[in-house]
Amino acid sequence: MCLAIPARLVEYLDEDRMFGKVELGGVQRRINTLLLVGPDACEPGEYVLVHVGFALSKISEEEAKDQLRILGEMGSAYAEELQAIGESLSLDLADTEGSVLSVSPQEVRP
Amino acid sequence: MKFADEFRDADLARALGARIAAESGDRHWKIMEVCGGHTHTIFKYGIEDLLPSNVELVHGPGCPVCVIPMGRLDDGIALARDPEVIFTCFGDLMRVPGANGSLLDAKAEGADVRMVYSPLDALKLAKENPDRKVVFYAIGFETTAPSTALTLLHARAQGVKNFFVFCNHVTIIPPMKAILDSPDLRLDAFLGPGHVSSVVGIRPYEFVTTTYNKPVVVVGFEPLDILQGVHMVMRQILEGRCEVENQYKRVVHDEGNPKSLEVLARVFSIRPHFEWRGLGFISQSALQLRDEFADHDAEKAFTVPGVRVADPKACQCGEVLKGVLKPWECKVFGTACTPETPIGTCMVSSEGACAAYYNFGRYSRSRDRERVLAGSAANGERG
Repeated sequence: MCLAIPARLVEYLDEDRMFGKVELGGVQRRINTLLLVGPDACEPGEYVLVHVGFALSKISEEEAKDQLRILGEMGSAYAEELQAIGESLSLDLADTEGSVLSVSPQEVRP
Repeated sequence: MKFADEFRDADLARALGARIAAESGDRHWKIMEVCGGHTHTIFKYGIEDLLPSNVELVHGPGCPVCVIPMGRLDDGIALARDPEVIFTCFGDLMRVPGANGSLLDAKAEGADVRMVYSPLDALKLAKENPDRKVVFYAIGFETTAPSTALTLLHARAQGVKNFFVFCNHVTIIPPMKAILDSPDLRLDAFLGPGHVSSVVGIRPYEFVTTTYNKPVVVVGFEPLDILQGVHMVMRQILEGRCEVENQYKRVVHDEGNPKSLEVLARVFSIRPHFEWRGLGFISQSALQLRDEFADHDAEKAFTVPGVRVADPKACQCGEVLKGVLKPWECKVFGTACTPETPIGTCMVSSEGACAAYYNFGRYSRSRDRERVLAGSAANGERG
């Protein structure tokens, strides 16, 4: 569960940048991007570390590639994490019913 | 078996290992890696084989699943057995044995237990099942706690009243302090955790250098990162320095992630005390929901047994978590306790020291090395 996986930020899904679309392990998923501020502020095309559905921090493309290589060598732990990400309901881009998106940013932003 | 030549920078790693060996002299070095992710890397890549026998890596308590005490797990299983409840947790937790079986056993017996990848999955389940109570069993250090915090803020903002968190989030500094205060273990330095530090930054470790006079280097998860970290703490000691250094600057900012710290402070307060497997009760070592989130706090909305359960007698996870015992020194390691039929938490999680030893088949080799160490200790060579 402590794995953090590199992903490329494709675009933000709302103008308040609460959620973003990322490419991760060959699939596109929706993740929470509220923590990407200050030193971790991130633009589409850049890379982030994803942990339990949230972008933890911004990383360089080189770092992302290094981490993906290491993760690839990890074998089953990485495969299981990717499977869990693939099966995660809240990360499904196609899902809008009951979406966790439906909230105004000032209520969530500290 | 996996060896270091599997990764790209094998030559660099060997060179660094040789340099460490040359500089380590004839004293014995004991360096604790706090984080379970580092433990995993160390065994996966055979880092210990690249280090001289007088440089010992001690595996610390930074595995979130491993440190959950049995009573706390039983509380979760009791919640899961409530017919009104949909119980959600990360997959790692499902096979951890409680006093009377695991969550997986409870599920087989009819409890509605669901594995989730993210706390947001649990929130979504709550929205889709308004007539049920959805409990998320939250575990993890500062890496994971901001995700739970933000999910709670989402839940409250959307008025999802049937979403509850059973909070077991813990913080990294108090167990480090407990280990430093423990008479069992004499450490020279720490390798600080990577992802936790990306949240909290590097300043929280300063007390280790000022109060305990031990160097700390925050390191990344690649084999070279760990070797570099070992070299950096060694250089500090040899040069008479004692500082917190950041080897993992490419991910960890010295000040951490301010937004994560902000949401942690907004949603959680510090528990007066919390029980850790193996380390006992540590004051101010865990997080609880602030009163304003009481409506979402499973500990307030439900009655849980809250009984303290001693670990099984055969299990020595506690000693392993403190770094006092090596996994293979545990009486049941690899015999009664295996990843398929774990007795203790350290064998369940892939970040647990026992599972890492077992999965990468390193234990016989490490045991040989340990014998060599014991021999040199008997000859009075141990620093």
